[in-house]
Amino acid sequence: MRNLKLIIIREYLARVRNKTFMIMTFLSPIIMVGMVVLIAYLSSLNSDENKIVAIYDESETFFSEFKSDENISYLNFSDMPLETAIDSVEHNDYYGLLFFPNSKDYQYLARHTEFFANKAPGISFINEIESKISSVLTEKELQYRGVDLNAINQAKTEVNLQIENFSGEETSKLSNYVKMFFGGAAGYLLMMFIIIYGNMVMRSVIEEKTNRIIEIIISSVKPIQLMIGKILGTSFAGITQFIIWIIFGGILLFVVTGIFGVDISSSSPVATTQLDAGSQDEIRKLLTDVIHLPLAKIIGCFLIYFIGGYFLYSSVYAAIGAAVDSETDTQQFMFPIVIPLMLGIYVGFFSVIDNPHGMVSTIFSYIPLTSPVVMLMRIPFGVAWWEILLSILILVLSIFALVWIAAKIYRVGILMYGKKPSYKELYRWLKY
Amino acid sequence: MQNLLVAENVSKNYGDFRALNKLSIEVPKQSIFGILGPNGAGKTTFIRIVNQITMPDEGKILLDGEPLQPEHIQYIGYLPEERGLYKSMKVGEQVLYLAQLKGLSKKEATKRLKYWFERLEIGDWWNKKIQELSKGMAQKIQFIVTVLHQPKLLIFDEPFSGFDPVNANLIRDEILKLREDGATILFSTHRMESVEELCDYMALIHKSNKLLDGKVSAIKKQFKSNTYQVGVEVENEEYFLQQAKEKFNIEPTFFHSIHQDLQVNIQIAEQYSQNDLLAFLMNHGRINHFVEVVPSVNDIFIKTIQSHA
Repeated sequence: MRNLKLIIIREYLARVRNKTFMIMTFLSPIIMVGMVVLIAYLSSLNSDENKIVAIYDESETFFSEFKSDENISYLNFSDMPLETAIDSVEHNDYYGLLFFPNSKDYQYLARHTEFFANKAPGISFINEIESKISSVLTEKELQYRGVDLNAINQAKTEVNLQIENFSGEETSKLSNYVKMFFGGAAGYLLMMFIIIYGNMVMRSVIEEKTNRIIEIIISSVKPIQLMIGKILGTSFAGITQFIIWIIFGGILLFVVTGIFGVDISSSSPVATTQLDAGSQDEIRKLLTDVIHLPLAKIIGCFLIYFIGGYFLYSSVYAAIGAAVDSETDTQQFMFPIVIPLMLGIYVGFFSVIDNPHGMVSTIFSYIPLTSPVVMLMRIPFGVAWWEILLSILILVLSIFALVWIAAKIYRVGILMYGKKPSYKELYRWLKY
Repeated sequence: MQNLLVAENVSKNYGDFRALNKLSIEVPKQSIFGILGPNGAGKTTFIRIVNQITMPDEGKILLDGEPLQPEHIQYIGYLPEERGLYKSMKVGEQVLYLAQLKGLSKKEATKRLKYWFERLEIGDWWNKKIQELSKGMAQKIQFIVTVLHQPKLLIFDEPFSGFDPVNANLIRDEILKLREDGATILFSTHRMESVEELCDYMALIHKSNKLLDGKVSAIKKQFKSNTYQVGVEVENEEYFLQQAKEKFNIEPTFFHSIHQDLQVNIQIAEQYSQNDLLAFLMNHGRINHFVEVVPSVNDIFIKTIQSHA
């Protein structure tokens, strides 16, 4: 135990004192905050831009339906010849010209209305214009057929499904976004942590091998002690880095928003949905949704899966580091790490969000290599305790098995030089 | 207890490959024991087993009469063949870390390290990183790491390979001094002259098997061929050789001499003693040179391996 402590401290200090580590620790929050500010600034620039669209309406019935708003201003060019109108649009550098042919046949108009522009317009702009034309034409068509528009408007009903579970807790569509956000963030964070710090463990193993200090050390400590000490020491360094990122990044974000007055919250996706939903009521509901999330459960499980997942993968990283002589040789062994991680993330983002308790999501939240990511994404949607316990049990058993296997490969690998082993060879090492 | 280290029928397999086959050796206390063998003979495997880096498949090892156990690592100092240090760690910090892993307290390790730094006159290296040191300097540090915890048993795997001549000399002197102070030294090598120079005992391993072992002087006695190198001044060389060939085996030889003498190696048969040879020589001329040809470890090594080929 004394030796394990010594190893952990050394590994921790070796990571933390590393220059790149220090630079990354303090530079990353600055870069991140800088990016957020930049994006917020750019998107505010973009939406400030007012597009001027000329309308050439031969039938002279549509212009009045297009009301200028803060994004698009409409100009009526119908009283001049088409050629002049086009010239004028081009000359004045307007966004484009919307052309309605002279017809009372709305189906014909729907197909033959055209938009002239020098530069291809953005998709969101086209969608906006199309839906506007479509609603104008629909209304005209309805009027033409003698339908009472008022009656239709009154008959329209806005549906906002009230979702409630069997124990009576109310949720909403919005709360699904909140859950997605929490689950996705947790899963993604875990994946990043595993990749960054797993690689660090691997590099440190390779370093000991190429330095040839390894034999001196394992004449004093057991290889498995060294491996576990390395994994733990590196993870503490990682946690330190995360804490610094959160604190430093938080302060920075606070200061920057104060100075520049950029409203960062308006550019986040949750906030947009929030605005779409509109009412005060929805915002209140969002807050209650967050509060009503099983937060204790999420945080508890986050820690367990975080540690478990990290241990599982970093032992594989350590074994890979031991098996090779240099970092360039690691490529062929990266598959067993990258594939399940990617699979976890993809299953999480496609399957869990679509159907959190479906068969695919459930199975992947039991498989140990994907369970940390997938289960973390499922938990905000409410997963039964026994399911979580079973999944954790499988994970813990697999950690023991995998650490044992990794330690065997590690033990043999650290003393092997000059050979680039194959999978077959690694399998043989298990029996040494 | 006479022997510090005893190995009994130690075997080790790597898959289908038998790296060590029933090796038994006894290393007496305060001796310098050389394990000899060509590359790949199994020397490093044995040394790793003693260091508990790998476990033997069969057989047992006794250290000071007790079966080898994890606590024993603090009594063993090991300088591996593949040796190095953390490049970006400071010298002092690094040696303290490694000494603590061997069971020393930080305080005690610091005290001893200061002593060694003074003794080797490298006091100003404490805060240097290994990557700032030359290879020879790093080798000195490695040596300190090996001996700092004052082990009873010192194991050097190919200690003279990779060291520059100055450090190799330094290590040789320190090895002898450590033995004076009570340590037992086990080292492996394929360089015969170092065995000749240092070892009291030796074992020869070839293709996983021990071919011979014992006291170096005893082994030499066993391999002596009753051959003497002789320089004599005689009247008639042809007559002398003719006479000599009747009684002994004669081969020409060469050594540096200030005399104009006949130089030959004379092997005498079992029934004669060296006095008989001397008497014969005295009858025929003046003896300038008379030395028993003692087989070198190198000769023994090559002879033994060839006889087992």
